[in-house]
Order: sequence, then C-alpha cells, then structure tokens
Amino acid sequence: MSPIPADSIPYLPRGVRLHRDHVRARWVLLAPERTIALDEIGHAILSELDGARPFADVVARLAAKFDAPAPQIADDVSGFLGTLRARRFLELA
Amino acid sequence: MPVPPPIAMLAELTHRCPLSCPYCSNPLELAAKAQELPTQTWIDAFDQAAALGVLQLHLSGGEPAARQDLVELVAGARAAGLYTNLITSGLGLTQARLEALSEAGLDHIQLSLQGTDAEMADRIGGMKGAFARKMKLAQWVSEIGFPLTLNVVLHRQNLHQLPRALEMAQEMGARRIEVATVQFHGWAMQNRNALMPSKAQADEAAALVAQARQNLKGRLVIDFVPADYHEDYPKRCMGGWGSSGLNIAPDGTVLPCHAAQTIPHLRFPNLREQSLSEIWYHSSGFNAYRGDDWMQEPCRSCALKTKDFGGCRCQALAITGDAAATDPTCIKSPAHQKLQAMADQFAGTEHAPLVMRENA
Ligand code: SF4
Ligand code: SF4
Repeated sequence: MSPIPADSIPYLPRGVRLHRDHVRARWVLLAPERTIALDEIGHAILSELDGARPFADVVARLAAKFDAPAPQIADDVSGFLGTLRARRFLELA
Repeated sequence: MPVPPPIAMLAELTHRCPLSCPYCSNPLELAAKAQELPTQTWIDAFDQAAALGVLQLHLSGGEPAARQDLVELVAGARAAGLYTNLITSGLGLTQARLEALSEAGLDHIQLSLQGTDAEMADRIGGMKGAFARKMKLAQWVSEIGFPLTLNVVLHRQNLHQLPRALEMAQEMGARRIEVATVQFHGWAMQNRNALMPSKAQADEAAALVAQARQNLKGRLVIDFVPADYHEDYPKRCMGGWGSSGLNIAPDGTVLPCHAAQTIPHLRFPNLREQSLSEIWYHSSGFNAYRGDDWMQEPCRSCALKTKDFGGCRCQALAITGDAAATDPTCIKSPAHQKLQAMADQFAGTEHAPLVMRENA
C-alpha cells in the first residue's frame, strides 16, 4: 500500500471496531470473520482515530506520547495502518 | 495442553428456509419449528458464550430471517458484547426489517448467491424470483451502509460464473467475497454426481482467484475454499476440533461443527440441560478429537498435524468408515487415490438430477 498522506483522515469503517477481550485480557480489532489481537502500540494507534483527526495529527500525538521522533513514528504507523487498509479494515477520508 | 476458550460461535437459529439449495450443510434430518429454542434461551446462550470467550457470533440457519424474533436476538447478542454477523439468503428481509436490524446493532451481513443470473440462481435455490429479491436486498444493504460479504458456493454447474460473481461483489460495494467450492456434507452428499467439479475446473477456479487477489488488492478481499476432493492436503477443520469454535443447532444441541452429528458414536449435550462452559470443557463429544492422542498413522508422526489436525473427521468417516482416520483428501492417506477416483467419476456423470433440500 502507498504511504498515508499527511492530511488524510484514517478511520475504522462500519463493521470494524475495537473491543476489550476480557477473557484473554487484551484488546482486539473485530472485523468480518476476523479477530486481530492488538499489542499496546496497535491499540494506542487505533485509539487515536476519531474520524476527524488527520494522519499528521495522529502521528504528532503518538510521537509525544511515546517520546519518539515523528518521522519514525510516521513510518511505523503508516506501515501498521497500511496492512489494515489492504485488508479493508481501515479507510481514508 | 489446556483447552483454550472458544472464539466463534455459529447459531443455527432455525432449519426453516424458503430456498432448497442442493448443497445445504444442514443435516438430512431437519429440526422442525416446534423443536427450536425460544428467544430467551438463545439470548442466555449469547451471554454464556461471551463470558466463555466467544467474540464473534454468526447467526445462521436455514434462513435466520425465518425467525420472527431476529431483531430481538441481534439486540441480545450485541448487549452480550458479541460481534454479530447475519448469514442470510436475503429472503424474508424487508427494508424496514433491515433498518431495525441496523438499529439493533447488527455488525455485518453475509449474503449468499446461488448464481450470478436469475436463471441459475433460481434453479439452484429452487425458487422463482429469488434472485430479483436478493438484488433488491443488496441495494438496501448498501443504502443503510451495512458492511457486506458476498458468499458464492461454486460447483460444476455454476463454476463458470466466478468472474461475474467477483464483479458483482464490487458493484454491490462488498468489501469481501467468500468463494467456496462445494463441500460434501449434509445435502451435498446426495448430489455429488450433479455438483462435483472436474479437476480442470477446480484448477481454473484456483487460478482465477489467485489472479483476482492480485488485481483487486485493497479493494476486495477474497476468501477461497478449494475443491477438496481434488486437493492433496486437507483443510483445517474448524481450526481444530473443539479448539476455537462451536455450533448450536436449532434445538439447542451443541456441536463442534455442523456435520458432527454424522459421527454416530458421539454424544452431544443440549444447552437446555447443561451450561455452554460444561459442554465446551467437559463433554465427551468435544473432547473426542482434541489434541492428538486419538490420531492414527500417518497423521500421528506427521509434522503437519499441528497445522491441519489431520483434516475433517466427518469426511474421514464418510469416505473411510473411520472418523479417526486421516482425512482422505491428504495425499498420505491410504484412501486418497480412492477419493480422487470417486471425484473423477462424480465429475464425469452426465445428466445427474439435482436432489433439492427439503423443508423443515
Ligand atoms: S469436521 Fe468436517 S464437516 Fe465438520 S467442520 Fe470440520 S471440516 Fe467441516
Ligand atoms: S498425514 Fe495427517 S497431519 Fe499429515 S498432512 Fe496428512 S492429514 Fe495432515
């Protein structure tokens, strides 16, 4: 997948949602016929998506939160979201 | 090894269905309406399932829309915290009912298609006008904004329609399509002569899917179930018997898979009598093929046994007479050649009439 443009808004489309899996004490992303276990970083990234925030802001907030350089965060987040996009679990507005 | 909690549950709400597909996975002995679980028992089962660790619920049938209380059941499933998927033929769903399902929180719809035009779809589904109604439904689904998966069962009579099915999925705005070559369980066992694809057809479908996956990357996700009589390795059965999923039949019988009752020596409890947890962890039926103690050679010493669990128990029984045998789809099975010879013979039968599914 091509990198995510700074001004586009990544969001979880209807039918894809975060869910707390209490039995296994973890966060998961639920999608049609798929359950994706999330680690702490994955959960942190997806929690930043509110349907309004552009990619650049998501990156800036995560960079502040994890105290890491923005360009590196941008690559990681773009990679993570890109895989979800390829599986149609994430859309860009 | 400790038994992990289940992650998915298939609730066969009813065996009733207005269609009569000749490959229906329902058992030959269908549950009558009077045997079906009442609303509250289902909702209680959803709560129990969520507490047990189930995350994904598939509401299926028969045609689940044949249940008057479908909206209430969906609301109950969502209240339990389950991701709720409706597996439907589309018949019995009006626009108003779809909107009510949307309100109730239904997460996803999976619509079955018996063919890509009215002639094929209505003949295979056994109902005139069904195709037109499905097309109407697809339009409402997209207007409401439900995420949609299109499901197409392929067999010798409609396999040539695969390219069109892929186009239709995109036209309908589906994010996903399930292309399943017919699996021979349930009613399909009565129709192997009429439905078995040839090896050449099966290979062509696999090649088409591989190509389409490339071309449609990021636009349409394609899940594919190959023609397993023509394969060299078996498919994983349910992610391992009793290891990730369970089915509930319309009368409340709890099963490791929809065909499990074809194994006559196994006993499966009913959730009217026992809790789901007791059944999942302690019933003899669920424990029968867990782990690998039950395995025979060649599976026992095969490195792939942790990947495919020796294949399908129901198929092993149907073809070899022994439910603990290696799935004959496997190239290492002594019955493999017999299975492939059977497949070729079925595929070469001309003018085999379709045995349609009866109604419940
Ligand atoms: S045992 Fe066989 S019929 Fe049952 S789910 Fe597994 S693969 Fe299917
Ligand atoms: S021998 Fe058994 S475990 Fe090995 S590949 Fe065949 S079915 Fe699977």
